[in-house]
Parts: sequence; C-alpha cells; structure tokens
Amino acid sequence: MGIGVVALIGGYLTDGTEHHQRWWANLLVNGFFWFSISLAALFFYALNYAVEAAWSAILKRVWEAIFKFLPIGAGVMLFILLAGQFHAHHLYHWMDSSLYHEYMVVEGEHVNYVDTMEAGAVANPNYDHLIAHKGAYFAPAFYWFRTIAYIATFLIFATLFRRWSLQEDAQPSLDLHYKQFRRSALFLVFFAVFSSTLSWDWLMSIDTHWFSTLYGWYVFSGMWVSLLIFANVLLIWLRSKGYFAEVNESHMHDISKWMFAISMLWSYLWVSQFLLIWYSNIPEEVTYYTQRFFTDYKWPFIITFFVNFAVPFYMLVARDAKRNVKFVLPVAFLIFVGHFADVYLMVIPGTMFDHNVFGLFEVGLFLGFLGLFINRVLTALSKAPLIPVNHPMLQESKDLHH
Amino acid sequence: MNKVFHVMYDDDDTLKGAASQLVAKGIRVKDVFSPFPIHGIDPIIGVKRTRLAIASFMYATTGTTLALLGMWYFMISDWPMNIGGKPSFSLIENLPAFIPVTFEFSVLCAAHGMAITYLLRNGTLPGMPATNPDPRTTDNMFVMEITTEDNHLAADELESFIKETPLVELSIKEYK
Repeated sequence: MGIGVVALIGGYLTDGTEHHQRWWANLLVNGFFWFSISLAALFFYALNYAVEAAWSAILKRVWEAIFKFLPIGAGVMLFILLAGQFHAHHLYHWMDSSLYHEYMVVEGEHVNYVDTMEAGAVANPNYDHLIAHKGAYFAPAFYWFRTIAYIATFLIFATLFRRWSLQEDAQPSLDLHYKQFRRSALFLVFFAVFSSTLSWDWLMSIDTHWFSTLYGWYVFSGMWVSLLIFANVLLIWLRSKGYFAEVNESHMHDISKWMFAISMLWSYLWVSQFLLIWYSNIPEEVTYYTQRFFTDYKWPFIITFFVNFAVPFYMLVARDAKRNVKFVLPVAFLIFVGHFADVYLMVIPGTMFDHNVFGLFEVGLFLGFLGLFINRVLTALSKAPLIPVNHPMLQESKDLHH
Repeated sequence: MNKVFHVMYDDDDTLKGAASQLVAKGIRVKDVFSPFPIHGIDPIIGVKRTRLAIASFMYATTGTTLALLGMWYFMISDWPMNIGGKPSFSLIENLPAFIPVTFEFSVLCAAHGMAITYLLRNGTLPGMPATNPDPRTTDNMFVMEITTEDNHLAADELESFIKETPLVELSIKEYK
C-alpha cells in the first residue's frame, strides 16, 4: 500500500503529459480493475444463492470479504468520473460539450454553441457528427443518473447481503435464506443490464466513435475470471496458513475448474468480438483494432490474449493439474497479470494514443491497489466467522467429494 | 480349477459397504456391474483413473492439425481463394477466418474418437456380445465379480468371507 501512495503522488508530480493524462488513465485502469473484481464477487455470491449451489456455501465469506471492497472501488470510479465531468482530465473525449453542436457564435472571448444556422453563426470546427448522434445517451443528466444508479444498486445489495448473512450466523432462519435467494435473483436481473451498460459508459466510451455490442460480456467475463483467480490464490494462501481447514481438495478443484472455464469464456468472447470485426472490415468498427494492431500496442495486445487463453488451457486442462498447487499458482499469477493487462489495453490506447509510457509508476500503482485490496479483504474476512455458522446447505458443502 | 463368484446386492450402498469389508480382508474385487455409476466405488475396488481424457486431447490435437493442414492446402496452396477481399494467400494472415472451422473439427474428432474408444474399450459397440453376468444388472441389481485367480485365498475360504456380507444372491461358476 505504501508503494501505491508513493507511486500515486510521485506519479502525479512527475507526469509530464498534458493534463496528467497518464496519471488519470492509469488510475482508471486500476480503479476499474479492482472495482470490477469486487463487483464480480457480488455477482458470484448472488449467482450461488440464486441457483442454490451447495458446494460453495462454505466459501461464502470469501465472496463477502471481496465485495466489501465495493465502496472503495466505487469511490475511486466516482472520483475519476467527476474529475472528468469537471474537465480535470480528458480520458472521455465525449465529455467535451463543444462536440455536440454543429454551429457556433463567437462573441469576442466567449463562444456560444448553437444547433441551427443563426445570424452570425459559423461552422463549429469541433463538431463531431458521430458523437453528436450519441448525445442523448451521453447527456450529463442521463449519464450521471446511470452511474449513480449502478453504484447505489450495488452498494445496497452488498450491504443487505452482508447484513442478512451475519443475521443468519446469529440465528438460523430458513426464511432469511429464501429471502436472500429471491433477492439474489433480483440482483442478477439488475446486474445483467448494469454490467453491460456500465462497461459501455466507463470503458467503451473512451473509444467514443467505436462500438461493440459484445463489449459488456467481454468485460464481464474478464472481471469474473479475475475474481476467481484472486479467490483461488487467496484460499491457497489461507489454507497454507491453516485457515479454512474444512475447505477440501474438491472445493479447490471446483474453483480451479471455474477459473479454467471462465478463462475459456473470456477467450471465446475475445475471439468473437475480434473475429466479426476483422472479417467484416467496416471502417467504423475496425478502429479499435487498428489502434491496437498497427501501433506499439501490437505485441502486448497479442501476447495478452495468448497468455490468458493458451496458458490456462494447456496447463489446467488435466484434472490432476487443477488439483495441484504447483500448476494452479503459476498459472493464476500469470493470468491475473494478463487480465490486468487486458483492462490496461482497453483504456490506454484510447487515452494515451501513441505517447504511452510504461514505467515504475504503472507497476507501483498496481502494487499499491493490490496491497489496499488485500488489506481490505483480509480485514473484512477477520470481521466474521470464516465458515458461516447456520447456512442450511453447510453440511452438504462440507461433505463435497469428487 | 478357477472359480468366479458373482455376488448380487440390491442396493449400491450395501455393495459399497460389502466391497470395503472384503477389500479390508485383502480380497481383490475384480469388477462391479451396476445399472448406473456408483459414486466412490473406484477407490474402494482400486480401479485406475481413466485415460480417456488424454486420448481425447490427442484426438483433438489431431483434429486441429488436420483442419489447419486441410485449409492451408485447399484455400492457400492448391487453389488460392479471395474471400471477402482478403486475398493475402498466407495461412498466418488468414488464420482468424480458419479458427472457427479448426475449432469445430477439433471438437468433432475429439467427440467421435472418444465415443468410439469408449465403446471399443468397454466392448459395447453395436453387435458385440454382452459381458455382464446377469441381465438384472441393467435394471435394479448390483453384482460384484470376484475370482479365485486374482486372490490368494482358497475358494471355500473366499466363499465364507463373501457370505458374511449382506448379499441377495450368489452364483459360483467354474472356468479353466
């Protein structure tokens, strides 16, 4: 965490780029990445409840501890978006209000943007036809309504889930369990829409002229797999310290299976998005990939995909490998960095263009956020019994064997 | 003269209990016939883990190789094709277009290879003679097969141990 603070301040002071673009862009990468892991934890928690999964009942405190990071992650995201709204940085090109009006009236120093050709108006050189047509969606009122709706919904559900979970510890109650079951299903409905639109608003809109309908699922699968990697490593570490003694080999095998499966889901969506755009070769769609394939980002971009796909595929395809820490850990570390690089490559090419620098600041900020995240998660874990006391499917979960 | 014992039980849990009881006495259970897979029987009677997954991986790799080789020959080498304005005539540059077919062909090879291997290894290809000792094992009965050949105990000793378990029926056959 200390490294992070040093990197944060040092990075801001030494950032020579215009408007500290590098500092803000990297803050967005980290802010979103760590926020999305805790969001994925909330999703996975709700999913396990909604499908009445028994095997994971023993692990539910892990997801709870991870989604307890949500307020901090959401805070960082809000800070970045607010700063953008007040033009402290230019990560989001569309936040420039001059893009939306075809004409302008210049009165000395003051420029008045208008939509019709009035007397004295001249063509606005900043006018962007494509962005202007997205004006209704990007209108600040609607944008902020959405952003606040996402964050409020996530925080409300996170708080309620945690509260009910602790209540259940104090007093066994099937009613409470079914209540959580129903609310989880409700949350999944919200999450299905919000995870998609959230990724458009916060990430895809960086490349404002570009769009991809698949982007939401692609971002979602990335956050899901990052969560599973983090949880897997966390559990391996805690078990080696003697905690979670009741979590057996079968649970670890299941988490590794999830990690493997969602890695494949991510690769599948990556390829699906890429393949259709590459094949049809429509100018307004290929911009995203030309920005990544024909620039300095080429090798990082290609390597990220192959690391995130081929490494888990070949290393973890065998059953015994999924149960062997010597296989799981190196793969987990590698693809965790790989999925961080994935978010990095969603944000940076559209914000830093071909002036990107990668240095100690980026590494330091990553480590700083990692430290903060682990610190918050472990603190949250220590606040409640590691194994839930009165979950109705607890015994079934403990008996898991395959 | 070797003897084979077919011990019948009416419940999978009973059979599992009986199997552990016999294995604890050092008796080797040759096989179990059951209408459905019995969870947890493999480690009790010492069945080795299946190598079907490895075979499947090899079939899939064969499929990948064949698909790529085929498409390289059809589309690039033998009769270069210009599809959708991508006439680059090189496998690597056109690779994304070949990935779906490669994937499907790998799955096809893996699935068929696995199914045929499984049926062959089990002797259950259409037309092959049935090898289970009693037709009721395809219905609601569970049979354990124990032979004197696998065990160092004498036939009558073996029989007395087997009779201690809660069996339903016992058939003893002799074979050379």
